Amino acid sequence: MNFIDVALIPLLKIGVIVFGFAMLIGSMLTLAERKQSAYIQRRKGPNRAYLFRKDLRLNGLFHLIADGLKMLLKEDFVPHGANRKLHLLAPMLGLMPAMVIFAIVPFMDYACTGAMAAPIAGKDYCFPEELGALANAPLAELSNPLFNADLNHWFQVANIHSGLLYIFAVTGLAVYGSAIAGWASNSKFSLLGGLRASAQMISYEVSMGLSLAGILMIYGTLDVNELVREQGELLFGFLPQWGIVLQPLAFFLFLTASIAESKRAPFDMPEAESELVAGYFTEYSAMKFAVFSLGEFVTVVFIAAIVSTLFLGGWQVPWLYADGFHFTAASMPSAVAAQQLTVEAAQSALTANTNFAPDIALPYWLVVALRIGGFVTKVLLMCFLQLQFRWTVPRFRYDQIMHLGWKILLPLSIANLLITALVILLV
Amino acid sequence: MAAQTVTLERQKRGFWVQTYLPEIFKGMGVTLKHFFGAIAKPSENIVTVSYPEEQRPYPARYRGRHRLMVREDGQVRCVACMCCSTICPANCIHIEAAEHDDPSVEKYPETFVIDQLRCIVCGLCVEACPCDAIRMDTGVHCSPFIAEDTDDFNALEGELRARERAFYARDLLMEAGDHSRAVQGGRRSF
Ligand code: SF4
Ligand code: SF4
Repeated sequence: MNFIDVALIPLLKIGVIVFGFAMLIGSMLTLAERKQSAYIQRRKGPNRAYLFRKDLRLNGLFHLIADGLKMLLKEDFVPHGANRKLHLLAPMLGLMPAMVIFAIVPFMDYACTGAMAAPIAGKDYCFPEELGALANAPLAELSNPLFNADLNHWFQVANIHSGLLYIFAVTGLAVYGSAIAGWASNSKFSLLGGLRASAQMISYEVSMGLSLAGILMIYGTLDVNELVREQGELLFGFLPQWGIVLQPLAFFLFLTASIAESKRAPFDMPEAESELVAGYFTEYSAMKFAVFSLGEFVTVVFIAAIVSTLFLGGWQVPWLYADGFHFTAASMPSAVAAQQLTVEAAQSALTANTNFAPDIALPYWLVVALRIGGFVTKVLLMCFLQLQFRWTVPRFRYDQIMHLGWKILLPLSIANLLITALVILLV
Repeated sequence: MAAQTVTLERQKRGFWVQTYLPEIFKGMGVTLKHFFGAIAKPSENIVTVSYPEEQRPYPARYRGRHRLMVREDGQVRCVACMCCSTICPANCIHIEAAEHDDPSVEKYPETFVIDQLRCIVCGLCVEACPCDAIRMDTGVHCSPFIAEDTDDFNALEGELRARERAFYARDLLMEAGDHSRAVQGGRRSF
């Protein structure tokens, strides 16, 4: 462990993933939402801002800069009687959870610097140049970076072994931002908004957690990257066993619950323009307001990232493994056989048997690029769907939201859990 | 009188409607159709008119902005009686009266400004005028302008200047002016 490993690489990863990806897409979404809603309603949307020349408009792209500048130049207003410290703290607490969640989002599998990375039962294993002490170890240890120095988690900020719990922990923090904002503003609209936000977010967290428990039982790990690796296995020999294939109900439950968590329409009770002005951030202006709304859009990106990671196969591109495309399970060793193998035996089996060659061979760097591209595409697609959803569905009434959360989503997720448990028990 | 009872049949909603899900998917289908329609064929599917670059044709009975009528000798017909500025509900006519050299003309408007942006085009000024000095039948409206049209990079100042262009002064209003068939005192000139 030297300076580069400990400080420089994590900082670089944070910079690229959190600021270069999450924040960037989040701020682009502010414009994307207006454009998308415009197209849905057959309008053109914002397209007047220009840079340097009047005809250099790029269909409104510069509204991003214009909005940012406007927010910077506005007066930062704190209402009379507000708690200044908490008033300042709230927007930070609103944005922070959405950003730190990206610590555990894997953009790619472990990068393999070893001799070869090949799939066994749908999972890539990276064999070191010199097997050394690993030779007689069980195969599973190959995917553990503690034993295999050739595994580098370059594409994930922090490889936490209980990553899923981390997701719950951090989403649980998100409620503080809106609750404190509502309390600190000394305004009745804000207080009502804050109360609604806390009630709603706490209610939906329950079904959010329970709907993920099924995933947890099937894949049997809390490590997010390992969860994604598990999703590469082929069901019935041809179907990638993504979360949405094994847990279709949980996918919808989780998506609904997390959209409710993000407090956007149709679950925008805490902000309810028509009733509460702007809910918990009524009394915010300038950059503090911008931070709140940016936090909301980063939450959209984070929901998209979590949903793609847990249900849409994360960085997995269908049938793509470290050495190329394998379209059937027949071209890799099966899971049952693999479990009994030691590392050495597995390696010799792979190299000796030409049946295990990929259907379309690809160089490793191309696989890495395809996988990162695949993940980003999934995230963008989920963002798009969330925006589309927001502009399609009319708002719920507050009691309907509570009804949906406690009386529909919660029983359904418990039922889903029970059925999953039964199936696992019987199969 | 005995109270009347009306029994209303409650509309039965089936299971699938109640679950809300098929309706959401249908709705998503509709919005997605609009979205991709607008992207694929903007010219057909987007209904926005990019005013001022594009303009809609105006209807045949469109009347347009004001004009001030002129006398035979080309002077302004208005006698600065303030009827129009008094009746104007938008309070957008500003008149400063002055004494006329010609003793047969009592007063004339030294300044006569209509703020075309505040005008609500109600036509009351035309109705109020006792001597047919103001009309609204030019068929054109206040020309569009945007702050960026000024060469000024100071946005606020540019905007103020742009705003000033909506203040239509006497001479401008007279440019479209014409002789009136009516003369002072109710006789006809021809
Ligand atoms: S049309 Fe109506 S609003 Fe406009 S100047 Fe005349 S009286 Fe005023
Ligand atoms: S335009 Fe007509 S109503 Fe208005 S001040 Fe002149 S004469 Fe009077």
